[in-house]
Amino acid sequence: MKFIHIFLIVAIILNFNFLKADEVKTENKIAKNLRCLICQGQSVYDSDSEFAISLKLVIKNKIQEGLSEEQIYSFLKMKYGEWILYDPVFNRNTYFLWLLPILIFLAGGAIIVKRFYNKK
Amino acid sequence: MKSKFIPLILILFFLITFVIFFKGLRNSNIYIPDTNLKKAVPSFELKSFENGSIVISEKIFEDNDYYFMNIWASWCIPCKEEHEFLMELKKDDRIELIGFNYKDNYTNASSFLKDLGNPYDIIVSDKNGIASIDWGAYGVPESFLVYQNKIIKRFIGPINNEDLLEIQKIIR
Repeated sequence: MKFIHIFLIVAIILNFNFLKADEVKTENKIAKNLRCLICQGQSVYDSDSEFAISLKLVIKNKIQEGLSEEQIYSFLKMKYGEWILYDPVFNRNTYFLWLLPILIFLAGGAIIVKRFYNKK
Repeated sequence: MKSKFIPLILILFFLITFVIFFKGLRNSNIYIPDTNLKKAVPSFELKSFENGSIVISEKIFEDNDYYFMNIWASWCIPCKEEHEFLMELKKDDRIELIGFNYKDNYTNASSFLKDLGNPYDIIVSDKNGIASIDWGAYGVPESFLVYQNKIIKRFIGPINNEDLLEIQKIIR
């Protein structure tokens, strides 16, 4: 009986740790995807400025409130605009950026195919 | 045909590269937030600076008057610079000044106010900076002009004489 008790307690503690580890992981992932607005060329994760420290706290709280990664991004986007996200969103201003590699790839493919058939 | 085609592509390539860099390098990559916004006041629940009682935002912005919400800290040097303008603004009774004491300790902040004067009607302390993020603030000092529960203007950095005149013009 006692053994089962101890086992259960240990299992619960371990489970909590897993949960926490996951939270920290997403926390860091989100912080790495955010631009620190007052320090040039640094992510919020890398920065130790007052702004970044507070922002990390906010992310932690939001995760504990049960918000998803997407919801946190959209919350911050609402507050600070798209500039805070490192990963640009697909919209009218950025579609050139997103489609250019595909266009180049297709053009290259077309050239290769054309040469191949010409040789034949 | 081939000899004509390659220089054309090269020229096109350099032209596109030139245009992209020409436009891209001219863009400022410093964060510049929108200063003329019509956003609702974010709600907060913070401790009062003087006695530690809980202050809720709905209570502060209850009367639909003009409010000047100023984020400050005693460790922030530009805040000293703008202080005289806040004292000037205090003389105007059409506007209420709300101080957001940002990540500060009580002793330093109160001696700061004792030395330079206290322009604020209400001071709340934002110990961990979370409430400031709700306002979209990213540094100290930063100020928001609030009217009818909406942020109508935002001031990044210390306010100066021009800003003061602008505020006085708006609230007239």
